[in-house]
Amino acid sequence: MRHTISVLVENKFGVLARVAGLFSGRGFNITSLAVGETMDPAISRMTIVVDDQGSPQIMEQVEKQLNKLINVIKVQDFTGGESVDRELILIKVKTTTNTRSEILEIARIFRARVVDVSLHSVVLEITGAVDKINAILNLLTRFGVKELVRTGKIAIARS
Amino acid sequence: MKGAKLFFDCLVKEGVEVMFGYPGGAVIDIFDELDNSPIRFILTRHEQGAAHAADGYARASGKVGVCIATSGPGGTNLVTGIATAYMDSIPMVAFTGQVPTSMIGNDAFQEADIVGITRPITKHNYLVTDVNELPGIIKEAFFLAGTGRCGPVLVDIPKDIQQAQTSMTYPNKAEIPGYSPVYTGHPKQIEQLAKAIKQASRPILYVGGGAVASGAAEELRKLVAKTSIPVTTTLMALGVFPETDPVSLGMLGMHGTKYANYAIMDSDLLIAVGARFDDRITGKISEFAPHAKVAHIDIDPTSLKKNVRVDIPVVGDVRRVLKDLNKIVKPGQIGPWLKQISQWKKKFPLTYESKGDIRPQYVIEQIHKMTGGRAIITTEVGQNQMWAAQFYTYTEPRTFLSSGGLGTMGYGLPAAIGAQVACPDRVVFDIAGDGSIQMNIQELTTAVTNSLPVKVAILNNGYLGMVRQWQELFYKKNYAGTVLVGNPDFVKLAEAYGAGGIRVTEKKEVVPALKKALKYPGPVLIDFRIAPEENVWPMVPAGVSIRQMMSGLA
Repeated sequence: MRHTISVLVENKFGVLARVAGLFSGRGFNITSLAVGETMDPAISRMTIVVDDQGSPQIMEQVEKQLNKLINVIKVQDFTGGESVDRELILIKVKTTTNTRSEILEIARIFRARVVDVSLHSVVLEITGAVDKINAILNLLTRFGVKELVRTGKIAIARS
Repeated sequence: MKGAKLFFDCLVKEGVEVMFGYPGGAVIDIFDELDNSPIRFILTRHEQGAAHAADGYARASGKVGVCIATSGPGGTNLVTGIATAYMDSIPMVAFTGQVPTSMIGNDAFQEADIVGITRPITKHNYLVTDVNELPGIIKEAFFLAGTGRCGPVLVDIPKDIQQAQTSMTYPNKAEIPGYSPVYTGHPKQIEQLAKAIKQASRPILYVGGGAVASGAAEELRKLVAKTSIPVTTTLMALGVFPETDPVSLGMLGMHGTKYANYAIMDSDLLIAVGARFDDRITGKISEFAPHAKVAHIDIDPTSLKKNVRVDIPVVGDVRRVLKDLNKIVKPGQIGPWLKQISQWKKKFPLTYESKGDIRPQYVIEQIHKMTGGRAIITTEVGQNQMWAAQFYTYTEPRTFLSSGGLGTMGYGLPAAIGAQVACPDRVVFDIAGDGSIQMNIQELTTAVTNSLPVKVAILNNGYLGMVRQWQELFYKKNYAGTVLVGNPDFVKLAEAYGAGGIRVTEKKEVVPALKKALKYPGPVLIDFRIAPEENVWPMVPAGVSIRQMMSGLA
């Protein structure tokens, strides 16, 4: 099962290496990771998506170990909780005169933005929760995806 | 003020009295200020020795140990010592010099990313990039090393930072937003534990190094006085409960006593106190203490439920939790259990064959006898370590110093030096093997030049004995790589270093040799030629239940 963990850390050099080392030292793979400053520039937020490999104890350890890092201020597991999450992707899809209008129609339905068009491809920007992104990816795959870039998930607790 | 001078100012304000280390290009500026400071400096002959000596000093005194080395190889040579301290949660601050900030990352001469290298083996570490941050970082380093679950902290100081001028002074307090160890146990959890103790008919206390670190020996004795619960300790906690007490079961685990392991396996309430369920303790984890409700007191939340299920977790400082527990605890009905345990103790004592060659167990018993049990014992790693744990009767905490978690050969001699610095009036004995003593034997010079009269007892069997024992038992006596042909003449070697040297080849010489060593005014090494194929018994093979103990004699 995938968990979305939100971690507030001190904004100092080496903190990312400490967090990454905690996962790599135990042989865990990070599915995605997004980092940015908060309103307080001394503090950053990391949103980490990680697979618990079927063992809830692993997640309990990960959370405790994160808390143990000196530069970590707060750890929250958003899984199953009251939170909103989003991911942004940029996708470059092959186009021909025959397929372009269908691709643009799909983009319109999913409220994707066209950010670049060339003779043989179109770049779409899509924001949304995982389900929506997976749905549009499924639809676009058959046209030929030349490149895909994902920000990784970010999440915030509901008020 | 120059960074290097400020460095010593900070250390003095932190109460540091002694520093172990080795100079080099990237720390010359710090060493240049050494004579202007009141801090005693002990020059070791290898940086690994400096780290272990600082560790031994910390274990013997309870204070934070301090070591220093230069950049590159100086730092990498500290690594084993830092990892040793990390595995055993020993408070230590290690300082390293670093190439000037402008050259970091350029593969400069003697450059190594020591902060990167030591990240997984320190509690925390720092690279100082601004001299104005130096005092704050040193304050944090000592604060982190010596509070919560203790551990080593490394501070890497580039050469230009040591030379830079600053007007900053040492802060009174460290404030770290993400660090607030929980010291007081939750009252509800402590109540539950008291209730479980009242109800249990076969309780046992399994006590680890956390009890030593938190200074819980007295509260532990009070708890036992109130409840009569039998106590077994890990290697890390030997002495925290007097082994002379009728309810002491000595050490448990792979080379623990049979009665300790049987008691664990039959217990209905296992109270883990500052211990972490290491694989050398539990054996096959799924079969460990199968009937027991498990209570676990530990200051580090990550230790709880890491290896075993826990029914009553109590996060907190062991001493404080036991103190709170002692206020409410009531004894249960455990008469039959105590009777059973005393029968086991009678039936399965630690024993050894006393005929023929010198037996290492006999040597250790004699050391115990002749020092009145008042010595500080350090060990190397292997058979010597296990015999020292089994056959010396420990009655006080901080008298048995050994690399438990990492199992570092070469630990004992430099640790003995650190302990002797911390406790100048006590006899300090390093129980060594002929293999591991050679890993840091150069520190004999350190002992001699600093007039530290440590005693080294080599249990010389001509083998890497513990590995040989495994090869004998589980690898069809294929003694690959474990026969130490070409050992030096240890007596001559000791003399060459300026220490005393005594060789003992017969049992009747053991006591006179120890007498002579104890009277000897300086460091002295005794080369005991012991029965070459003596094994450590009992033994639980790796990965099986601790009920299945092998023994050579019983």
